[in-house]
Amino acid sequence: MAVTAPAATPKGLVFENTRKPRSLWRDALRRLMRNKMAVASAIVILLIAFLAAFASFLPLHPPVEYQSRENDPGGGGTRLPPFWQEGGNSKFILGTDPSGRDVLSRIIFGAQVSLMVGFIPVAIVVAIGLLVGMTAGFMGGRVDMLLMRFTDVVYAFPDLLFIIIMLSALRGTALYNILDGLLLIFVSLSVIGWVGMARLIRGQVLSLKEKEFIEAARAIGMSNRRIMVSHVLPNSLAPIIVAATFGVPGFIISEAILSYIGIGVRPPRPTWGGMVQDGYSNINAAPHLVWIPAACIAILTLAFTFLGDGLRDALDPRMND
Amino acid sequence: MTPYIIRRVLWLIPVLLVVSIVTFGLMHTAPGGPWDRDSDQKPLPAHIIARLNKQFNLDKPIHEQYLLYMWGAVRGDLGPSYSQPGKNVGELIADRIPYSARLGVQALFLALLVGLPLGVIAALRQNTWVDYLALFISTIGSAVPSFVLGIYLIIIFAVGFDLFPVAAQGEEAWRDPRAWVLPTIALAVGPAAYIARLTRSSILEILRQDYVRTARAKGLRENVVVVRHVLKNAMIPVWTVLGPITAGLITGSFVIEQVFSVPGVGRFFVSAITQRDYSMIMGTTLFYALMIALGNLIIDVTYGLFDPRIKVSK
Repeated sequence: MAVTAPAATPKGLVFENTRKPRSLWRDALRRLMRNKMAVASAIVILLIAFLAAFASFLPLHPPVEYQSRENDPGGGGTRLPPFWQEGGNSKFILGTDPSGRDVLSRIIFGAQVSLMVGFIPVAIVVAIGLLVGMTAGFMGGRVDMLLMRFTDVVYAFPDLLFIIIMLSALRGTALYNILDGLLLIFVSLSVIGWVGMARLIRGQVLSLKEKEFIEAARAIGMSNRRIMVSHVLPNSLAPIIVAATFGVPGFIISEAILSYIGIGVRPPRPTWGGMVQDGYSNINAAPHLVWIPAACIAILTLAFTFLGDGLRDALDPRMND
Repeated sequence: MTPYIIRRVLWLIPVLLVVSIVTFGLMHTAPGGPWDRDSDQKPLPAHIIARLNKQFNLDKPIHEQYLLYMWGAVRGDLGPSYSQPGKNVGELIADRIPYSARLGVQALFLALLVGLPLGVIAALRQNTWVDYLALFISTIGSAVPSFVLGIYLIIIFAVGFDLFPVAAQGEEAWRDPRAWVLPTIALAVGPAAYIARLTRSSILEILRQDYVRTARAKGLRENVVVVRHVLKNAMIPVWTVLGPITAGLITGSFVIEQVFSVPGVGRFFVSAITQRDYSMIMGTTLFYALMIALGNLIIDVTYGLFDPRIKVSK
């Protein structure tokens, strides 16, 4: 999770202290490991990721199947309370929901959605952002102008609003049928998200372009493409990593909101936001059906925020004074 | 200054045009129309659909529909609602504005009321437990999504302690000031945390400035230095983020309105989405975009008034 950085030191980086040739990334990793909140957060994220990845192999009840009656011979209602309440059943630690589905299993399978929605759009956003940002920063001129004007307009458009409109418009299309609508969510989240990333990378390129080592590279006849790949990219990696880490909780929250208002991932695939929505009408009788998934959303977004804070502090030593 | 304001106001036009074209285009690529029924209901007869389409101009080519719509919008007519026959979208939105505006303004004041002192105290006690506690609280406050927070407030204070109504239903219930407490807090926590962090870093930055050292060197009391020299200057960056914060309050509000069933514009927007009420969706989107753009405009224009060092004349 942490900085699995390129092993090589970015070429051309000017070290003031030449006696200790430690790499920038190794230093950053060391600083990150000293940050207890960041390390704890990374562990929480890895744990959730592990559970989500191997959910199908864990001894869980199926998340979308009606469970209660056969396990609840006395059975009054279809909802089984969690184990700490009267009538709880150790087979269903968190009980079942009013449709008789195992809550624990839905929570763990729900983590799959949150993590995918956290990572995949971020990867798309970084890829597009790199392409556009680097081009705009390096070319300048008309490409750059176009990007800046475009971002101005996008910034005026509330992103969540746009995502909602796009999702509701494309819900009837074939796109919505792929992966229970997840693909459409990835696309809608990335369509706007890349703009901020492109702007950040453009700024990085612009400031690096004037540095001496780039000038030196150009003087020895390096091509633009090589300068970008081997000098500009590694040197702008730190802010990109930080921005990407902070982007993850934003996407997770957006998906949770979308599923909560009922236009996100298609039921019955379990999502945390969808579980909050399902349990909401019953909040007086069974608050745990709401607070458990809500807590999961909070824990995962908090973990990414603390990790992002840690990465920012670790990668930018100037912040430490 | 005046040319700058004029240019900023004119910039609103292309922004709103793009927003309207994109929204209009997206809404019309959606398969199915506003007259579709759920599969369990009998579909509307073709001749009625044709008549409805004619009445709502839906039989015209899309660019003509768009121009007709925008021509109306410019004159303040956002067209009839599809899902609530006989009602005009503009009027429907106007009916809901007081609720959303009240929620937003209350949350903004609460955010400032909590965020500013928290940031000031943290900065003046830098690297003490007070500072760390304030930073920790504000990190959590800005990371936990407002709707999760709202849900917890409801579970703890409305379900658990029964202090507030769980979800006030109907307009009558919202006359009761108690109904507003939890939604206001839920909406305010995020911006409050942001303001606190910003105030803290802005004060720390200014404490390092030469003029603060000068003020101290000439023997001013610490209170005077802090209030007159530090706080006044530290407020400038805080003022500039009020634009984005207002935008956040506006978009954040529809989730909070949904959680607490506040009968505001946001809740209306969500129900318009599920009912595929195109004209409602268009109307609320334009309204939101205009509000956000205006908010940013006001902040940017007044920015120069607060900081004489900045000349907004470029």
